Amino acid sequence: MNETILEIKNLKAYYKILKGEVKAVDDISLEIRRGEILGLAGESGCGKSTLASTLISRKPPLHYISGEVKLLGQDIMNMSKEEFQKMRLKNISIIPQYALDAFSPTKKIRTFIADLVSEHGIKPDEEFFEKVKERLDFVNLDHSVLDRYPMELSGGMKQRVIMVISTILDPEFIIADEITSALDVSSQRFVATLLARLRDEGIIGSVLFITHDLSILYQIAERIMVMYAGHFVEIGPTDEIIGNPCHPYTKALISSLPRVGIQYKDKKLSGIKGTPPSLLNIGEGCRFRFRCPYAAGECEETPQREKINDGHYIACWRWQEIGSDSNE
Amino acid sequence: MAKEFWKKHENLYYAITNKKVIFGLTIFILVILLAIFGPMLTPYEYDEYAGAPYSPPSRQHLFGTNIMGQDVFTMTVYGLRTTLIVGLIAGTIATIIGCVVGFLAGYYGGSWFDEILMSLTNIFVVIPQLALLIILSAFLEVRGIMVMSIIVSATAWPWLARAVRAQTLSLRNQDYVNLSRISSLKVPRILREDIASNMFSYIFMSYILQFNGTMLATVQLEFLGLGPTKGISLGLVMQNAVNWNAIQLGMWWWGIIPGLILTVMITALYFVNTGLDAAFNPRLREM
Amino acid sequence: MSEQVQNVMSVRNLSKVFKSGVFKPKYTVAVQDVSFDIKPGTIISLIGESGSGKTTIGKLILKLIKPSSGKIYYKGKDIEEIRNKDELKEYYKKVQGIFQDPFATFNPLYRVDRIFDMIYDSFGYDKSNKEERIHQVLQDVNLVPERTLGKFPHQLSGGQLQRLLIARALLMDVDVLIADELISMLDASTRIGVLNLLVELTEKKGMSVIFITHDLNLGYYISDESLIMYKGRLVESGDTKKIYESPVHPYTKMLFNSVPEIGKRWDPEEEFLPEQVIKDVEEFYKENAGKGFAAAGENHYVLYSID
Repeated sequence: MNETILEIKNLKAYYKILKGEVKAVDDISLEIRRGEILGLAGESGCGKSTLASTLISRKPPLHYISGEVKLLGQDIMNMSKEEFQKMRLKNISIIPQYALDAFSPTKKIRTFIADLVSEHGIKPDEEFFEKVKERLDFVNLDHSVLDRYPMELSGGMKQRVIMVISTILDPEFIIADEITSALDVSSQRFVATLLARLRDEGIIGSVLFITHDLSILYQIAERIMVMYAGHFVEIGPTDEIIGNPCHPYTKALISSLPRVGIQYKDKKLSGIKGTPPSLLNIGEGCRFRFRCPYAAGECEETPQREKINDGHYIACWRWQEIGSDSNE
Repeated sequence: MAKEFWKKHENLYYAITNKKVIFGLTIFILVILLAIFGPMLTPYEYDEYAGAPYSPPSRQHLFGTNIMGQDVFTMTVYGLRTTLIVGLIAGTIATIIGCVVGFLAGYYGGSWFDEILMSLTNIFVVIPQLALLIILSAFLEVRGIMVMSIIVSATAWPWLARAVRAQTLSLRNQDYVNLSRISSLKVPRILREDIASNMFSYIFMSYILQFNGTMLATVQLEFLGLGPTKGISLGLVMQNAVNWNAIQLGMWWWGIIPGLILTVMITALYFVNTGLDAAFNPRLREM
Repeated sequence: MSEQVQNVMSVRNLSKVFKSGVFKPKYTVAVQDVSFDIKPGTIISLIGESGSGKTTIGKLILKLIKPSSGKIYYKGKDIEEIRNKDELKEYYKKVQGIFQDPFATFNPLYRVDRIFDMIYDSFGYDKSNKEERIHQVLQDVNLVPERTLGKFPHQLSGGQLQRLLIARALLMDVDVLIADELISMLDASTRIGVLNLLVELTEKKGMSVIFITHDLNLGYYISDESLIMYKGRLVESGDTKKIYESPVHPYTKMLFNSVPEIGKRWDPEEEFLPEQVIKDVEEFYKENAGKGFAAAGENHYVLYSID
C-alpha cells in the first residue's frame, strides 16, 4: 500500500511576464502513494493550479521549470512530447478547473467525447461507448445524456461527464483541480464522494485533489498538504492537519472556517489580516511572515522542511515555540 | 520613467510593437503622405494637357499619361485626396451613427425603444446598398464631397449598430453598470464612462473597418460614374481608363496603378486591424 | 398597514418571470410568490443554490429589474410607485447593494475613488468634508486610505474592493443593504474579516442586511433569520437557529446533509443523489396537500405544499 506512484522533488515553476518573474511554484516536494487521495489546499494564487499544469502540460507561459517529477519511476519532466502523450489518460490524467466551460455548445455530448478521445489516440467506436455507458451508470447518469446538448445539463451533470471521460482508461494517477468549486452544495457532495468511490473501486489509482476548501478535503482526503504563496507550508494526515495544525497559517485558516453551530453572537471567528504577497520578483524568506502574528527575525530566511512526527512535515522556523497555544 | 509609462499603457505597448501594426501603419502613412504632398510634387494640373498622350511611365510622367495627354500621377494623387476625404468623413459619420444607435438600443435592450431602433436598422440592412446609392445619387444632380459622404455612410452604419448593440447588451449586465445605476448616475454618463469607454478598442477597430468599407464604396460609386460631379477621384480615373479601353490599348498604367494604390492601402489597414486585434486581446498576444 | 411600517422592508407575493425569444417566447419562472419582512437592524440570510432565484430577489429590491407581480414595500411605500428621478434618488440613498464579484463591480478603467465620486455627484452630499469622511469610513472598514485611494481596481485585492464597497454603503448611511454572495469570491482567510465587519456595522449603524448566500455555514454564522429558497420559491423561513436545528422541508434537510463541514464527516454508507431531492420534495408536497405555507413552530414557517 505504501508504494510511491508520483514523486516530486524541489519543483520550481516560474512565469515570465513583462514586469519580471512570477514565482508561482517554488521548491515544492511531495510524494503520492498508490491508492491515496492527497488534498492540496491553499488560497487563490498560492500556486496549486500552476503545480497541476506543470505536471500535465509544461506549456508556456511557464518558462522556468526545475526539479524532478517521477511518475511510476519515469522522469516526466524530461520526457519527449510523444512519450508523455502515451502516458496521458492511461497513467496520468486531469480533471481541469474550467472543464465546465470546455463544452462546445453546438456539439452533442457524444460528439464531444468522440472528438476529445480521438485527440488522445483512442478510437471512439461501439466498444468504447459501451464502456462510457457503463461508467455513466456508475456516476448515476442516464445513457440519454450522450444525445443531449451541454445546455441541457446542469453543472453537476457536466462535471460527471468530464469525470467519466478523464477516467475512462482507468488512470493510475489523476489530478482533480477545483472540481467542486463551481458546483452547488448538493452536487459538491456527490462529485466529491464519487471521486472517492472511483478510487475505492480501483478505477482510478491515486488522486491529487486541489481545492481552496478545506472542509471538502476533510471529507475525502487521507492526507492534506497546504501551500501558501508558492511555498510549502505543511503536510500530514487529514485528522492531524485539521485537529492539530502546527503552522501558524494552517492554524489561522482552520480557525477561520465557519461551521454550523457557531453564530457571530456567540463566538466571533477571526480571519487573517492582510492579503497574500505578490509573487512577482519575490525574494527570500517565509512568505507568510507579513501576516503572521509570530513572525520574527529568523523568518527573513526561507524556512526548511522539518519533521514533526511520522508523515507530518512543516516549513516554519518557530513551530515548536508557538506550540499549541492558539488551538481554540 | 519610460518603463513606468509602458507598464501603465500595456495595450499601447503591445499595439505599437506588433509587427503587423508597424507594417500596415507604415504603408498607410506613406499613402497619406502621397495624398498630402503629391500635388506639390507635380508641375501639372490634373485636367490639363501635360505631355504627349500614350506615354508610358517615365521621369517626366511617373505614372505615364493617358489618351488625352493628362498626367496620370497628378490625377491619381488628386483623386486619392478626394477619395480619402470622402472615406474619412463617411467612415466617421457611419461610426458615430452606428455607435449611438447601438448604445441606446443595447442599453434599453428589450424595450419598445430598442425595438424601434432595431427595426429601423434592419430596414437599412436589407436595402441593397448599391441600389440605394444609385437612386440617391441619381436624384442629387450636383454632388460635392459632403453629399457623397452622407450617401455612402447611410448604408455603412447598420452593421456597426447591430454589433455595438450586442456588445452593449452584454456590458449592460456588468455589475459596475448596476453599481452606477444604483448610484443614480445619469444615463448618458453611464453610456459614456461604463459602456463606451470599455468598448474603446472595439470601436477603434470598427472605425478602421468602416473607413475601409466607405472608401471602397466611394470608389465603386465613382467608378459607376456616380461620384462627385466636380473634380477628380480615384474611381473616376479608373472609370475613364475602362471607358477608353486602356488595358486593351496597352496603357496598363492608366487604370492599374491607381487601383493598385487603393488595394495596397486597404490591405495595409487590414493589417493594422488584425494587428490591433492581437494587441488588445491578451489571449492572441504573441509572448 | 401598520405592520408594514414597522418593518423596514416587506416583500409580498413577489414573482418574476423572464421571457426570452420573440416568436416562440420561452418563459422562465425565477421567483414565485415570495413574501418576507425585514426588521430594522437585523441580518436576514437568503440561502439557495444556483437557479433558486435569490439573486433575482436582490435585483428586484434594487429596482434593477421589474417584478412580474407582487409588491415590495420600503417603509410602507410601494417601490413600484417610485417613478420620477428624485424619488428614485431618495430610494437609492437608503437602499443599496453589493454584488457578487468585486472585480466586476468596479469599472476597470477608473480609479477606485470613482465609487465615492459617483454618490457625491448624484446625491448632493456636502463636499466640503468629502475627503475627511471618506478617510473616516475607510478606516472603519480597516483600509489604509493612502494605500487604497488613487489605485486602479486591478491593483487591489478582492477583499479590499469588497471593503471599499462596504465603506461606500457606510458613507451613505443606508437602511437596507443587499449583499449578494458578498464573500464567495474571497479566500477563506479574508472572508471572515469582511463578514465580521458587516455584522459590526449592522450593530453600530442599525442597518438591515439581506445576506444572499449559498453557504449554510456562513448564513448561520451571521444571521438572526433565514430564508431557504428552492426553484424560485421560499420553502422554509424563520428563526435561524430553529431552522438549522430542526429543518422540516426535504430540500433544507438535503442542504444540511450535503454541506461539507469540518468535524462532521459525510456518512459513506448513505446513498446520496442530488437528483433524489426533486422526488422527495414532490412526495412531501403530496403528503401535506392543502397545508400550503404554514407555521411549523414559533417563528418557523415551511412550505408544505404548492396547491
